[in-house]
Amino acid sequence: MDGEPMEYFIQQTVNGITLGSIYGMIAIGYTMVYGIIGMINFAHGDIFMLGAFAALITFLVLTGLVAGFPVVAALIVMMAVAILMASLWNWTIERIAYRPLRGSFRLAPLITAIGMSIVLSNFIQVTQGPRNKPIPQLVSEVYDVFGISISLKQILIVIITVVMMTAFWYLVNRTSLGRAQRATEQDRKMAALLGVDVDRTISITFIMGAALAAVAGTMYLMYYGVAVFTDGFTPGVKAFTAAVLGGIGSLPGALLGGLLIGLIESLWSAYFSIDYKDVATFSILAIVLIFKPSGILGRPEIEKV
Amino acid sequence: MTQPLLKVENAETYYGNIRALSGVDIEVQKGEIVCLIGANGAGKSTLMMTICGAQPARTGRIIFEGTDITRMPTHEIARLRIAQSPEGRRIFQRMTVTENLQMGASLDKLAYYKEDVEKMFTLFPRLKERQHQRAGTLSGGEQQMLSIARALMARPKLLLLDEPSLGLAPLIIKQIFEAIRVLNKETALTVFLVEQNAFAALKLSDRGYVMVNGRVTMSGPSKELLANPEVRAAYLEGGHH
Repeated sequence: MDGEPMEYFIQQTVNGITLGSIYGMIAIGYTMVYGIIGMINFAHGDIFMLGAFAALITFLVLTGLVAGFPVVAALIVMMAVAILMASLWNWTIERIAYRPLRGSFRLAPLITAIGMSIVLSNFIQVTQGPRNKPIPQLVSEVYDVFGISISLKQILIVIITVVMMTAFWYLVNRTSLGRAQRATEQDRKMAALLGVDVDRTISITFIMGAALAAVAGTMYLMYYGVAVFTDGFTPGVKAFTAAVLGGIGSLPGALLGGLLIGLIESLWSAYFSIDYKDVATFSILAIVLIFKPSGILGRPEIEKV
Repeated sequence: MTQPLLKVENAETYYGNIRALSGVDIEVQKGEIVCLIGANGAGKSTLMMTICGAQPARTGRIIFEGTDITRMPTHEIARLRIAQSPEGRRIFQRMTVTENLQMGASLDKLAYYKEDVEKMFTLFPRLKERQHQRAGTLSGGEQQMLSIARALMARPKLLLLDEPSLGLAPLIIKQIFEAIRVLNKETALTVFLVEQNAFAALKLSDRGYVMVNGRVTMSGPSKELLANPEVRAAYLEGGHH
């Protein structure tokens, strides 16, 4: 260990919050889709990975075309392209692979989702190659705050997460679109009887989840400076775990679960063993689910009628 | 007679291979209150869902204002201003009373919300007291009022009410039926009402239909049905509230 124990702890907490913000943003996509159609979109992690690759390719194109492209502008363009591509893919997947199975037995869309996940990761493996794809450091400033080093990257990630979450909270709780989504989630047939185009609402939910995953993908790429086709699996599963831990179907739960998993991972690696950080994460998930099966902020399945 | 607002022609609806409606013919004229009475499981609620396209008819036609809506998606039928307060009320439990009413008014993007919600609060003062509460916490009667008010917020040309009296205390049934009568009188609202409570429904309505096992077996002015010995024997005798 280096430095003072307290500073070390705070340093690891900062790292954990950064990682947790990314997990939280991905987790929103799992939880929203689960909320509205009751299925786990296992391809969602790969949508995140695809977003990271879209950002990476955009970066390479931008810097290839214009030497010394301003970093802020580059990040914005990367994010925009990533959002566009990820949304398009997730929308298409829902349209061709999930919608036709709506109303069939519960496992059918789950199996298709796993299939779609494999399709996406193989697609990126084949088209982009199986190796790590690095990009140069985009944002390199590091600040020293009372002995704790906080990078500008970390600050950016937290700020963007807060902005995206606030925007999402507003969209879901204060707009007619969000109201239609919540109505569809609670009673699809009744929503249709009130004039809600349920299919369209579900499509928009997939697009919204994908947009957040794409932002997370761009942040992940910026933070680690590398993307690989297997990224859909590891952070994807972590984010899924975050959604379950926080209470699947709950938006604040997804963010909370993401932050918790980020913190557990980073603190466990710091004090115990980096090799067992995933074991720690999943053990805590198991323990929480034993005592609170619906997750920390989740609703119990049975409701008062 | 002029062209009816709603015309159900020879409708047959199935659940899998089970026929729930057999050759149903029903007409509702503009400004009328029409009721459909029948025992539990006769197919009344199925007909409501068939009209709204949520359980489409396999054969036959549903005509609304001269347009064939038999195969139209449910949300498009709703946009033609057919609003339903369905069986079981189906209010959005995890939304507030206000949000439920906003869902009803979403066809016009809340353009008339303020004006209409005041009318609903006049009609059902209990909803005003409860407007910020989660709808799931309301009593059965209040939920029924909310379900009807939510349908009315859509400014419907045709209001479909499925068992508005189910599970409610007689006093509340009276209030709700009075509210329907007032709406019909003052705004010429057309109402198609499904009820097990045959006496109350026939008292309220202009005309009635009787459904048995998915078929319409009798129809006529409500007064005549009320006096009809067969109807009396089957639906009215033995405690008529």
